Amino acid sequence: MIKKILIANRGEIACRVIKTAKKMGIATVAVYSDADTDALHKQMADEAVHIGPAPSAESYLVIDKILDAIRQTGADAVHPGYGFLSENAGFAEALEKEGVIFIGPPVGAINAMGDKIASKILAEKANVSTVPGHTEAVLDPDDAVKIANDIGYPVMLKASAGGGGKGMRLAWNDEECRDGLERAVNEAMSSFGDDRVFVEKFIEQPRHIEIQIIADKHGNTVYLGERECSIQRRHQKVLEEAPSPFLDEKTRKAMGEEAVALAKAVDYYSAGTVEFIVDSDKNFFFLEMNTRLQVEHPVTELITGCDLVEMMINVANGEKLPITQKDVTLTGWALEARVYAEDPFRNFLPSIGRLNRYKGPVENANVRVDTGVYEGGEISMYYDPMIAKLVTYGDDRAEALSHMQAALDAYYIRGVSHNIGFLAALVAHPKFAAGDTTTNFIADEYPDGFHPQDLPSEDPTIQIAVAASVHRAYQQRAAEISGQTPDHERQVSDDWVVVLKDGEHPVTVRVAADGFFVIIEGTTHELQTDWKLGETLMRGNLDGRNICIQVERQNISYRLTHAGSQDDILVLSPRHAELNTHMLVKEPPDTSKLLLSPMPGLLVSVAVESGQEIKSGEELAVIEAMKMENVLRAERDGRISTVKAAAGDSLAVDQIIMEFE
Amino acid sequence: MQDIIQQLEEKRDKARLGGGEPRIEAQHKKGKLTARERIELLLDPGSFEEWDMFVGHRCTDFGMEEQTIPGDGVVTGYGTVNGRLIFVFSQDFTVFGGSLSEAHAEKICKVMDQAMKVGAPVIGLNDSGGARIQEGVASLAGYAEVFQRNVLASGVVPQISMIMGPCAGGAVYSPAMTDFIFMVKDSSYMFVTGPDVVKTVTHEEVTHEELGGAETHTGKSGVADKAFENDMEALLYLRRFIDYLPANNKEKPPVRSTPDPASRVEMSLDTLVPDNPNKPYDMKELITKMVDEGDFFELQPEYAGNIIIGFGRVEGQTVGIVANQPMVLAGCLDISSSIKAARFVRFCDCFNIPIVTLVDVPGFMPGTAQEYGGIIKHGAKLLFAFAEATVPKITVITRKAYGGAYDVMSSKHLRGDVNFAWPSAEIAVMGPKGAVEIIFRSDIGDTEKIEQRTEEYRQRFANPFIAGHRGFIDDVIMPHNTRMRVARSLRMLRDKKLENPWKKHANIPL
Repeated sequence: MIKKILIANRGEIACRVIKTAKKMGIATVAVYSDADTDALHKQMADEAVHIGPAPSAESYLVIDKILDAIRQTGADAVHPGYGFLSENAGFAEALEKEGVIFIGPPVGAINAMGDKIASKILAEKANVSTVPGHTEAVLDPDDAVKIANDIGYPVMLKASAGGGGKGMRLAWNDEECRDGLERAVNEAMSSFGDDRVFVEKFIEQPRHIEIQIIADKHGNTVYLGERECSIQRRHQKVLEEAPSPFLDEKTRKAMGEEAVALAKAVDYYSAGTVEFIVDSDKNFFFLEMNTRLQVEHPVTELITGCDLVEMMINVANGEKLPITQKDVTLTGWALEARVYAEDPFRNFLPSIGRLNRYKGPVENANVRVDTGVYEGGEISMYYDPMIAKLVTYGDDRAEALSHMQAALDAYYIRGVSHNIGFLAALVAHPKFAAGDTTTNFIADEYPDGFHPQDLPSEDPTIQIAVAASVHRAYQQRAAEISGQTPDHERQVSDDWVVVLKDGEHPVTVRVAADGFFVIIEGTTHELQTDWKLGETLMRGNLDGRNICIQVERQNISYRLTHAGSQDDILVLSPRHAELNTHMLVKEPPDTSKLLLSPMPGLLVSVAVESGQEIKSGEELAVIEAMKMENVLRAERDGRISTVKAAAGDSLAVDQIIMEFE
Repeated sequence: MQDIIQQLEEKRDKARLGGGEPRIEAQHKKGKLTARERIELLLDPGSFEEWDMFVGHRCTDFGMEEQTIPGDGVVTGYGTVNGRLIFVFSQDFTVFGGSLSEAHAEKICKVMDQAMKVGAPVIGLNDSGGARIQEGVASLAGYAEVFQRNVLASGVVPQISMIMGPCAGGAVYSPAMTDFIFMVKDSSYMFVTGPDVVKTVTHEEVTHEELGGAETHTGKSGVADKAFENDMEALLYLRRFIDYLPANNKEKPPVRSTPDPASRVEMSLDTLVPDNPNKPYDMKELITKMVDEGDFFELQPEYAGNIIIGFGRVEGQTVGIVANQPMVLAGCLDISSSIKAARFVRFCDCFNIPIVTLVDVPGFMPGTAQEYGGIIKHGAKLLFAFAEATVPKITVITRKAYGGAYDVMSSKHLRGDVNFAWPSAEIAVMGPKGAVEIIFRSDIGDTEKIEQRTEEYRQRFANPFIAGHRGFIDDVIMPHNTRMRVARSLRMLRDKKLENPWKKHANIPL
């Protein structure tokens, strides 16, 4: 029986595993690097062992250091989480030698599924549907063209060792096929040191749907339904859900049974995921099998009621599965959104730093937040900048979606950039709401990247009512300041004008016992709330509808964040609103003649000086950020007018480094 | 009688129109409001009592006798901001370019005199082309009368200048002697000599904006305390600023309610100071988590960023905050930051505003630029200001408090009332490395030995305990409790009484 588990991971998944272990009465050991001395997973575990410097190649990925930590603490089992060493057969073998239980699949299964071509051959043997194509590596362009013509265009040229979109080339004709092969081979060699490339049919309108399986060491294997993960950005999943809005019972059963067949073919046990690509006619094709717990496993847990980590631990203990296939029922709907520290408006550039303010939504039966951070914690440059997985559950998809929207509204993160607005835009997208999605969704809907104007448009009633009420409350308090002439205190008017981007909205605001009455164009709206001055989150009920909106007081305006959109709103007296029309709309400064720092970082060097002529492409300055040196080059010929920063300066985003003439 | 009333109405109408519709329109086109419209933004609705609407100039040269406009280019009077009395003068650029005549100056002096008598702040809204050239020396006399009153009012009632248009030549010295100067971006500028003269004398080519715009004075010269986007933001935010200030030097700052409990705990502050003593962190996070509702009115945010000054409230009571900022120049003291903070400390002391000082200071900035610039004298200003202040003084040392800079930053020895240290505090004569290289000079070159000595020094001195042992700090507090501990100390000090020996005035090293 497992008594003490070492979690060879960090962040939310380490915390997630520790939670289940605690529930089962099993002791836990965390490992941590220099960058994680204050990390949540270290605090949560019963014991913690330091395993080295911040870079994962010197800590979380070093098998010997994990083994040392095991010996130090006497852990008798290891949960690898996902990523890091989770699919490293050498690690599983080393543990076996050490006499420590690996909470995961057998070494043979990891090896068999680790190679794209080998796993495809294996799948074909097990009668699992695979994408039509050739399973042998091709090096000769003529061979590639021949195969492509056999299976029919379009085809995808894929590196065998590939992943993350690297070493992949799409070809629609012979010429593209020849050209693509050469490039894919080169890229495969340089990225993975393995130049094997194979050709397969390219599936149009594809959906990514995967089957969760769990198997014990006694030959019992069940599938726990599917997850759809079609919403991806550059092959990184963004939104996941279970079940899929696309599958019918028959397809689900067929996919599940093939997944089980594949698992059995490699004598699989523990949790695993068989990924399929599904075309618009519900034909499905095996992609790969992940021999570990997936990031998005919580959506399966919510609709099946299973604790996958608990099942993995029990399987590792040699226990039989507590359920058979007929016990598996899918109840309700679950959605997961990956909350990342990245800036959607700057091409999703990762954002690192201290979480000055961090408040997740309240967790309950409908909302689950898996996270490894806390307010005052740090998003490190060394690891994946995921902040949390936000998972919501409802009786049906619409309910899960509405919980997701509310939870995103309540998510308050400051100090680092985050993708809450992007996630809110995605879940509010009519096509997503209709379940009409493919893996190209983000690329198709936001072809030039994500921009502020892509945020869903806000219902102005909420903004007007909230801004007016908040302003009325602040004015009331201001009017109660000490030092006024007695009996001649300031009286606050009920009549105000809310200035939105689209124009002015006259309102009357009355303070009520449990909130405010706001009259907009003759209609009275009731805002019930227990919001207090200074609070950044207003929960309330507007005309019977629950709302959650973030309110930040600026110099004279209020910044309201709701449904992903963010607006600075002025509330003025009617006379002041009249005067406000004289204020000039200031054009944003012309930045075309400026070199701005694209990220916060250290200015390592400046290669030019004031007055110097420059040629397009010439190096201007070098910025170090996230341990990477970024060379900023001239975009066109010209002359430097002034250099505004010096080597050694810490730069903020958009700080001016130099001006051009 | 009827005739008089009719004449009165006509005069009032004429006064209200200032320089006339075309000039008002021109003012609006520049995004600027008129003198009266600005007063409407600043004061509570309907509270303005105007004086001297019928005053006109007395100039008879250059045909001026043909041109009189009632009010003579400045609107004066009093009113309330959130029910509290303030006096105001607002220069009218539409009337003779807002230029200052003898009569115009007399109007300003009248409200200043009255403000002194009743003990209420004076707010000047400046928008003036300068002296009324036609009046010659009479106009200069007018300026001097205003200057004299600025000086007499200094430290008695708060004086605030909002520069909302030109302010050039001798005219700048009235705002310069008030407590705070605010500017409106793109529409205001201040300089002693304009671009034309500059070009003649020094051959420098410079625009109005570069020479004396809001960006220049908030970022380069430190003359202005803050810049605002436009007239609307300037005046509405000024209302919030006035709420921090007492009416005069005999009163305490106003109090207002807050739902933010003094007992609020901020666990995240426990991880604010990084493990690496050379890694910066943002001191503003501590400030905003310590004050009521996270509401902090920062002054001079763009100037001498190595020190932060501004107002916040704790339990509804105004506090002045002075804090080293490790993000800029490691938070060290230099000429600009010493001057910036010294003047602020003296303002707080004048007007009974308790001072909370947050310390993370590695010392004074070294270098010839600093020494030649007179860091000795300028650094002494901050030391002098803290030492002289008799208001409640609370100090929290978050990390470094090294050397002379430790003494300066409201230390116990300068009559600090309550001096706290976080567990991460290092109160020492200097950093471990520097100290070891002096004490064990003979070991320099033996890296191993120096490292060992440095570690020993760090263990022994880089902590709050030596200072605690001597009572130089009153307690070591957990960062998450900072708000509560500061609030309690302020409560204890509410009736503090301390007086300096009688003197005509002290001789601060100017």
